[in-house]
Amino acid sequence: MSGLLARHRNIIDFALSSLLRRKAKNISLLAVYTLIVIIIASCMLFINALKQEAAAVLKDAPDMVVQKMVAGRHDLMPVSRGEVIGGITGVRGVTARLWGYYYDAVTRANYTLTVSDGGQPAPGSIYIGSAIARLTGFSQGDLMPLRTYKGESKLLQVVRVLPAEAEIVSADLIVLSEKDFRELFNFPAGFATDLAVSAGNPLELATIAAKIVHQFPDTRPIMKSEMLRTYDSIFDWRGGMIVVMFAVAVLAFIIFAWDKASGLSAEERREIGILKSIGWETADVLLLKFWEGAIISLTAFLCGATVAYCHVFFFSASLFEHALKGWAVLYPQFRLAPSINAYQLTILFFLTVVPYTAATIIPSWRSATVDPDSSMR
Amino acid sequence: MRKSNIFILITCFNLALLLLLAAHARLGKQNAEVPQAVCAGIVKELQLTDLCLFTEARYTRHPSMADFHAPFQDHPGALDHFPSGSLVSPPRFSHEGL
Amino acid sequence: MIELCAITKSFAVGLPYQLTAVRDVSLVIEQGQFVVIKGPSGSGKTTLLTLIGCMARPTSGRIMLRGLPHPGLPGSADSAEVEITSLPERFLTAIRRATFGFIFQHFNLVRGITVLENVMLPAYPTGEPYELFRSRALQLLELFSISRHAATPVDRLSGGETQRVAIARALINNPKVIIADEPTAHLDSGLSSEFMEILSTFQAQGKTVLIASHDPLVYESSIPDMVVQMRDGAITGITRQQ
Repeated sequence: MSGLLARHRNIIDFALSSLLRRKAKNISLLAVYTLIVIIIASCMLFINALKQEAAAVLKDAPDMVVQKMVAGRHDLMPVSRGEVIGGITGVRGVTARLWGYYYDAVTRANYTLTVSDGGQPAPGSIYIGSAIARLTGFSQGDLMPLRTYKGESKLLQVVRVLPAEAEIVSADLIVLSEKDFRELFNFPAGFATDLAVSAGNPLELATIAAKIVHQFPDTRPIMKSEMLRTYDSIFDWRGGMIVVMFAVAVLAFIIFAWDKASGLSAEERREIGILKSIGWETADVLLLKFWEGAIISLTAFLCGATVAYCHVFFFSASLFEHALKGWAVLYPQFRLAPSINAYQLTILFFLTVVPYTAATIIPSWRSATVDPDSSMR
Repeated sequence: MRKSNIFILITCFNLALLLLLAAHARLGKQNAEVPQAVCAGIVKELQLTDLCLFTEARYTRHPSMADFHAPFQDHPGALDHFPSGSLVSPPRFSHEGL
Repeated sequence: MIELCAITKSFAVGLPYQLTAVRDVSLVIEQGQFVVIKGPSGSGKTTLLTLIGCMARPTSGRIMLRGLPHPGLPGSADSAEVEITSLPERFLTAIRRATFGFIFQHFNLVRGITVLENVMLPAYPTGEPYELFRSRALQLLELFSISRHAATPVDRLSGGETQRVAIARALINNPKVIIADEPTAHLDSGLSSEFMEILSTFQAQGKTVLIASHDPLVYESSIPDMVVQMRDGAITGITRQQ
């Protein structure tokens, strides 16, 4: 056992000496490789944290939201339908939700206006999200002007700024009374934006959804599980800046890997011949090549994973910042609760370390089986 | 010092760092429980359905409530106008099959 | 003792360009002998060395090792007689590592690697504790007075120093037999005689020395016990010196 360990350590010694001979090449290879791991691992950690956050924060979201569709777009939902839906077996309660968007021409930002079911705040007063407070400078007690559908200015008093730690759900919210909401948008009485349906047993939601669609074919129900699942597809690999960033790094890496994998140089073949002639077995030579690959890829993986964690959770994923902020004027400042998914890290390990190590071993396979006397001929 | 020892030390250090970060994650999760409870309270009170991540368009502010067609404003293969639009793909809904 | 019985080695057997490099060679080399195999190039000297050194297998004939270490073979003491021609590859490598030290015509050092590491290279896969073979390597460097170059890459050394590194490497696993193939081909006369002197000290330590050469400096020297003359793969004469 100790002999086996000693053999591995000896061969690691030589593998390192061998790598250090081409210092510039191997260090740049390591750097590019680490960069790729950082990007992939950052995405993994970020999405995972976002999903965890969504699951924790949205656990009390409505069980189901029912929208009315007209010509493929949202339309106002008659509140009367709520009573019919409330009569479906398994439905515990139906509430009409009133919400919408407001474009503030002064700050050029979009706000989300929503009415609280609990009847708060009182008419004439509003709660605002902390990002709005930060952007506009309004604070508790100030009068905030909103433009009505007629173009008139309506002054509403800020009575509360929503807590900063809740920014991930409420950054752009303005909570106002139903009366103010309807006045602001000329929102017709008897209609709501959509309906929130709660079920006694979450397992029955699919059945309830089917019944609702059967009853009202022009509606679409959206279940809570689907709201949560939406966050699975964020950072989808199909498009955008992440792909561009990633493609550049991968391209650089492929060039390097090509250089390595497209056959050994004559010099390397000669070295393998020397090793065989001085008493190395084929297995020893392959072990050497294994460690040459593993040293680079393992180091890249470990460094990359560490840097990615720090990037996402200590520096709030600042590499993705431009993609996240995009064109928006108002953006939430949030720090995700850190989380590491061991399963994902394991997959990343197998995706990064194994192929590279294999790509180092396989080209040397033929050379490693040369006869030991080849270097004497 | 032997080169292999340096490598083994660096690798062990990296592994220890990763474990430390895992511990940090666990701790951070506990610390996040209070703000998450505040968020969950607001979500329950206002019956919210989405996280506020991007505010530039309807389908990025409320991705789960969005029109299916909103991301494909010109034609289905068009590159999106907003960078975040390329990060948020249109959700698939169960009622599509209903 | 190394005993060769009717050894023949052919390459590309059955093909039109079949080549028989060694033809029906029988030879006995006693432990501690200094043997030079001389002959023009293409006479089969190198092939004979590779056969003795367990690098290749003869097409026919048998090679016996007696009183030489052969690790890894179950149920046999070091002193027992081993017939190496029928052994599997793994055992051949193990015997080669433990029994033979090789010095090559071009020295075959690994470029870019330090002198010390080059000397230690044959010991790496043995699984022997590092400190043991490292101190042995340092002693060897001391012996050949190249200690100050221990951390120098081998490609920065002079010809004579390179040669001594190659000799030190052949000795790292403490072999009973030293095999050298045309070792003086790239050395001037001074270095060649120095080389012969070094090898004779090994003989004095009880090691067997086996050299293939067509350099008169080697086979006309007074050091060898036995000069084996080869031509066209066969032995044409054996000269013994007192």
